Amino acid sequence: MTANSPPTTQDTSALIGCPQCDAVYTLNEPKFGETANCVRCGTRLISPRRKAGLQIIALSLSIAILIIAATVFPFLTISAAGRTNSVSILQAALVFTDGILVFLSLATAALIIFIPLLRVLLSLYVLIPLVTDRPPAQGATRAFRLSEALRPWSMAEIFAIGCAVALVKITDLADVQFGPAFWMFTALVLLIVLQDRLLCRWSVWNALDKTQI
Amino acid sequence: MVGMERAGQNSDIKSARSLGMVTCRRCSRVWAADTPVCGRCGHHIRSRDDTSLQRVWALWFVGLMCYVPANLYPMLRTQTLVNKDESTIIGGAVDLAHHGSWGIAAIILFASVLIPVTKFLAVAFLAISVARPSRVSPHHRQVLFEIVEYIGRWSMIDIFVVAIMASLVQLNTLATISPGLASLFFALSVIFTMLSAQAFDSRLIWDAQARASATRNVTSNTGTDPIKATHTP
Repeated sequence: MTANSPPTTQDTSALIGCPQCDAVYTLNEPKFGETANCVRCGTRLISPRRKAGLQIIALSLSIAILIIAATVFPFLTISAAGRTNSVSILQAALVFTDGILVFLSLATAALIIFIPLLRVLLSLYVLIPLVTDRPPAQGATRAFRLSEALRPWSMAEIFAIGCAVALVKITDLADVQFGPAFWMFTALVLLIVLQDRLLCRWSVWNALDKTQI
Repeated sequence: MVGMERAGQNSDIKSARSLGMVTCRRCSRVWAADTPVCGRCGHHIRSRDDTSLQRVWALWFVGLMCYVPANLYPMLRTQTLVNKDESTIIGGAVDLAHHGSWGIAAIILFASVLIPVTKFLAVAFLAISVARPSRVSPHHRQVLFEIVEYIGRWSMIDIFVVAIMASLVQLNTLATISPGLASLFFALSVIFTMLSAQAFDSRLIWDAQARASATRNVTSNTGTDPIKATHTP
């Protein structure tokens, strides 16, 4: 990347900037388990962990399997006065069928099922070659950028809290039983949060950068 | 993680812009100021997003406009053996409170009224505060921005509650719940306020402070060496 060398003689590859407040630091890679935070605004810049790649791959695989299973198995079952009704997560997401509300169905399904699923698949695509010391997969940087851009739109954990609220509202009205998908979804949310905590974005970008040259 | 020692160091921190460089907001790689696309991650980079505030306000207004019908149209239609009932967001919470479910009423009012309204106010405050001098410290505004970005997504909870209830409570004549038009407007309002917060360039918060300290430390400002990031075990 010599074409991008700055007007000063300084090599910018030895620098790191804070994405939140634009402060610049000389890069001083922390050891495993340590964290480098921005001194000015406190944003976490680098937080490498030993074996994080393998752990994230394992978590991502479990998340992908759990999402698919949790989507199709019965999620909750309601019964009152001899009548029962059981739904899956996909059915819950696609409940908005009244005219223009159809768009809301698509959005809900994307937010709680498809975006989380796409994000784990993208992270598997990016991380597996890196962890196994192979050259990055084709379009890996684009894949990881997409995965990062989708991060705020992955709302599985919010759906889980929504369940809790809905359950309390319904229990006066009828009996509610938890299906297998309910427990899968609970585990899923914990794994998604854990995976997100483990992932050090800077380390992934750095690894992608090094292997490309 | 331990907090950073900030005292006395603020004036030493240089922004990429003041060093003639630009930071990629996606992967935090630093480049020369005129680099259009990050050579590491391919993200489009701009030293400062000039259109940031315009987009913040435009999306903010759309979000606000969607929030009005979200409160006027019914959110839930409940049909039981004896009666048919349509309730708005606030109406539904008031009903719950009348039935004695104070906790749930509070959660719903918190997620669907307090959070969205606070979010509108907070984004407006941040956008105004970078356009004119503000007495609130950049730290507090940065924290406010991070809270807004984090909590904005959680307003979606109401939509998910409606989805679960409406899909589950389908007991033919006994009781049926179906979603109302307000759910669409509410979701749109949440999405547009999230986009509005994302359009905000938080680096603008720190530029004003940098300008202030630059005039203050104009004599001591000699070196251009960036300082080292501190590590905490």
